[in-house]
Amino acid sequence: MREFRKQIPLQLMIIPGVIFMLIFCYYPIYGLTIAFKNYTVIDTIDTARWVGLENFRIIATDKYFWQSVVNTLGISLLKLLIGFTTPIVLAIMIYELKDGPFKRITQTISYLPHFLSWIILGGMVVNWLSTNGMINTILVNSGILAKPKNFLLDPGKYWMIAVLSDTWKEAGWGTILYLATMAGIDPTYYEAAKIDGAGKLKQIVSITLPMLSTIISLNFILTISSLLKSNLDQTLVLMNSQNLSKAEVIDSYVYRMGLTQGDFSYATAVGLGVSVVSVILLLLANQVTKRLNDGSVL
Amino acid sequence: MGRFSSTKAFNIFNVFLVTLISIIILAPVLNILASSFASSKCLAEGNFVFFPKEWTVDNYKAVLKDSSIWRAYLISVLKTVIGVVTHVFFCSVVAYALSKKELKFRKLYTVMGVITLFFSGGMIPTYLLMRKLGLLNNFLVYIIPQLFSYYDVVILMNFFRQVPASLEESAKIDGGGVWTCFTRIVMPLSKPALATIALFNGVFQWNDFMTAKLYITDPGLYPVQMKLYDIIVQQQAATMNTIGTVVLETTSKGIQLSTIVITTVPILIIYPLLQKHFVSGMMLGAVKE
Repeated sequence: MREFRKQIPLQLMIIPGVIFMLIFCYYPIYGLTIAFKNYTVIDTIDTARWVGLENFRIIATDKYFWQSVVNTLGISLLKLLIGFTTPIVLAIMIYELKDGPFKRITQTISYLPHFLSWIILGGMVVNWLSTNGMINTILVNSGILAKPKNFLLDPGKYWMIAVLSDTWKEAGWGTILYLATMAGIDPTYYEAAKIDGAGKLKQIVSITLPMLSTIISLNFILTISSLLKSNLDQTLVLMNSQNLSKAEVIDSYVYRMGLTQGDFSYATAVGLGVSVVSVILLLLANQVTKRLNDGSVL
Repeated sequence: MGRFSSTKAFNIFNVFLVTLISIIILAPVLNILASSFASSKCLAEGNFVFFPKEWTVDNYKAVLKDSSIWRAYLISVLKTVIGVVTHVFFCSVVAYALSKKELKFRKLYTVMGVITLFFSGGMIPTYLLMRKLGLLNNFLVYIIPQLFSYYDVVILMNFFRQVPASLEESAKIDGGGVWTCFTRIVMPLSKPALATIALFNGVFQWNDFMTAKLYITDPGLYPVQMKLYDIIVQQQAATMNTIGTVVLETTSKGIQLSTIVITTVPILIIYPLLQKHFVSGMMLGAVKE
């Protein structure tokens, strides 16, 4: 205790952080208990009545919830297919460029969209896809499309719009970690491969990709564990009454049930249930990669 | 000889493909920029990518006449500047204390911090907390909940550790306390780390729309991102009402486009600075996800 008193100035510096965490991180975690309660307008978190698993029982038969799960998974899996692989390919392409202004300019351009907010990008997407926008102009003038149409009003196109716009935004930024890893590859590997007569593609398959495998599997685990996470900013700006059936994701459903309709307990239960499943997914993905790679990345 | 030419073919193909990708990224942005200078008649007709038939600055004039957009811009600037300064300072203070191995209960504090990286109360419990604290429709909701982030604390802490202990020792001999060491020696020597945190937090603050969407209903407190969101949603609703026809509220479309450009400008201005901090920033992002 004497030691503690001696370092009071130092302790005073950390106390604000501890208080912050107790209020802004731990109190909301305690607030999760309302998922097992019936929280009404007149209640506080403490006084609300316990209802056990009642909210979860309702979730099980809530078809709007399950629809949002299908949309979330559909968009996430497409993102895994397109949004996950594009940065790897792009990084290898950039890596193969000769150092110089062309390479620098390419990188500068490709990183830029990452720093635009989803609201800005959403506004852009709405304009590109509108009947008198860029995409329709190109498609109609090249004869691919007979009559302009507003793609955002077509529910069948929504998943693809969400995935492609996200890939457009993040692909360049996603290359940075891969490029940093490739910068560490010993150049003599490539020289040896060249002497053995390996072409460029052979070198990429036999040297570059194996060197990237650890970082790729780490990213893969993170992506798998976030299969049930969705991009609320993107959804809120691109969703409209026409595409709602395909655009509603879990997060926007929580938002709608909780903040728009005021059913706090139910919305919290949805959020909590999804988080628990996400943690299980993370652990499973880690196990699988451990088997494949002979080493845990977590 | 065959191998040489196949390598050459690969390189040419690669340059071609990378150029194509750069165009795919850049062209749509230029389209928005061009559209924001198009007359409302051109916008209604569409049928251009980079070169509208009539150029005009009317859209910008309309935006600049709208006092609510000015106000939103001011709120955004205030929330970004105040938010960044307080966030960097608060995190640095905590990180400095945590960087000292001799700190009592250090283990406990670290465990508390790490838990916050993996668990959170989620949207609704956090909303109830903000309501309880009276932060709904309050400018401080942009600042106070953003004061602290354990990720940033860890990054700063690691940086502070690299400051040679001998420097602090000599300051202590001269009679300086913990606070003097922190403000006079450690902070000035950690400028690169502070700049990285400040830049990325600044981008977050400028781009953040969710805080306003969740906790602010008073349009007078909207930041420009939320204002833009409102304009976009209204525009979409207008499109919905005229479904099947091409008639749109073209003036509001012009306003939407020029607001998009105006909102993007600050990001473009600091983009060269951001580039210098990419790698450290990426590490920041890598931990965050």
